[in-house]
Amino acid sequence: MGGHPVSAHGDQVRTTKCPGGPLLVRGAEAWEDKDGEVHPVTRPVVAVCRCRRSELLPWCDGSHKLPKGG
Amino acid sequence: MRLPKSRGPLSAWVRNAVTHPDPVDPLPPITTAPGSSLDDDDLQLALWMLYELHYRGFDGARDDSEWDHHLLRARREMEVVLERDLRQICREQVPTAEPERIVEQIEALIAQSPDSGLAEFIEEHADRAQVAEYLRLRSIYHLKESDPQTFALPRLTGRAKVALAELQYDEYGAGRPEMLHQDLFRAALRGSGLSDEYGAYIDELDAPTLASNNVMSLFALHRRLRGASMGHLAVFEATSSLPCRRISRGITRVGLPPEVSAYYDEHVEADAAHEQVALRDICGELVAAEPSLADDVLLGAQVCLLVDGHAASQLVQRWRSRRTSTLPGPTPEPRLWAVTR
Repeated sequence: MGGHPVSAHGDQVRTTKCPGGPLLVRGAEAWEDKDGEVHPVTRPVVAVCRCRRSELLPWCDGSHKLPKGG
Repeated sequence: MRLPKSRGPLSAWVRNAVTHPDPVDPLPPITTAPGSSLDDDDLQLALWMLYELHYRGFDGARDDSEWDHHLLRARREMEVVLERDLRQICREQVPTAEPERIVEQIEALIAQSPDSGLAEFIEEHADRAQVAEYLRLRSIYHLKESDPQTFALPRLTGRAKVALAELQYDEYGAGRPEMLHQDLFRAALRGSGLSDEYGAYIDELDAPTLASNNVMSLFALHRRLRGASMGHLAVFEATSSLPCRRISRGITRVGLPPEVSAYYDEHVEADAAHEQVALRDICGELVAAEPSLADDVLLGAQVCLLVDGHAASQLVQRWRSRRTSTLPGPTPEPRLWAVTR
């Protein structure tokens, strides 16, 4: 996955790992990916891709459910 | 919206009853054969009209018809028929619930459900007229997208309630009026040269599509069925991201403008998060707090798969038979897979 949530109030950020799926992030203002690019958060909860197969990185697009290599 | 055209004695009775003060004639007998209510045009339209009184209502309908006891009694009679069928149809596919494994059980139901092939057809084969037909059929729901589940909110408590409120807030634009999903779909309709008027295409809806709308209202308007409402929501969200990506590609392929695909692009991203929220934070927490609801959560999940899958596969089959009636060559084997959008 790589990256971390950005928040002026870091103690407000809550993350949840979904088994076999994304990382849910609540309370962040942005997500900084491993290359340092900052992606603003516009939803109350965002799903961050953990499988690196998403076409919408850093966000999850459900691709973890596709057959591998498909 | 204007009142739909009636399709038989039940919908004609509802049309008459919502516009005229009582006393009304008794509801004609419901003659739907057991197991066939999902395909009964008249029953599904009559029930849809009765539910619509709780949303935006109809031009020319009495304002107090929403809580008219004659209409509520008629609605109940129709709901009994529909719920009986749903429970009967789902009985064989739904395992006994294990409350501590409810998320895995919902995921297993989704995994074993056949795919209607609708999203793939739209991505690869649909022409512009078929895409427009799809948008018209879905407009009845998408112009009140998420409103049914809002009726369930006061029936929940604690963590499940917080999570449903969070999901609904995102559906309603997360504080940004320009992102209200219902209005994103209005923009998609306008971009396709279609009417964005609420309910404009109701007379085109087939029984299975009406049924897919009705089950959401049935579950959300009965506190008793709050578990089914949330199970249905979880499957609806969990079967959305990947099909929406395919539909978006099909929309672009037939040359419709970006505001049409934008609706589906938004749902690829939003529903990837909503899926997890609905499965874990709504269904998981609801069942943790009220384990006795676990069986209904699975019922709602399977109803979503079956009813939406039925509507989707009917549409694909209509499209395939139209194609093959004008084109020579072998009939493509219909593949039954479930897609909710």
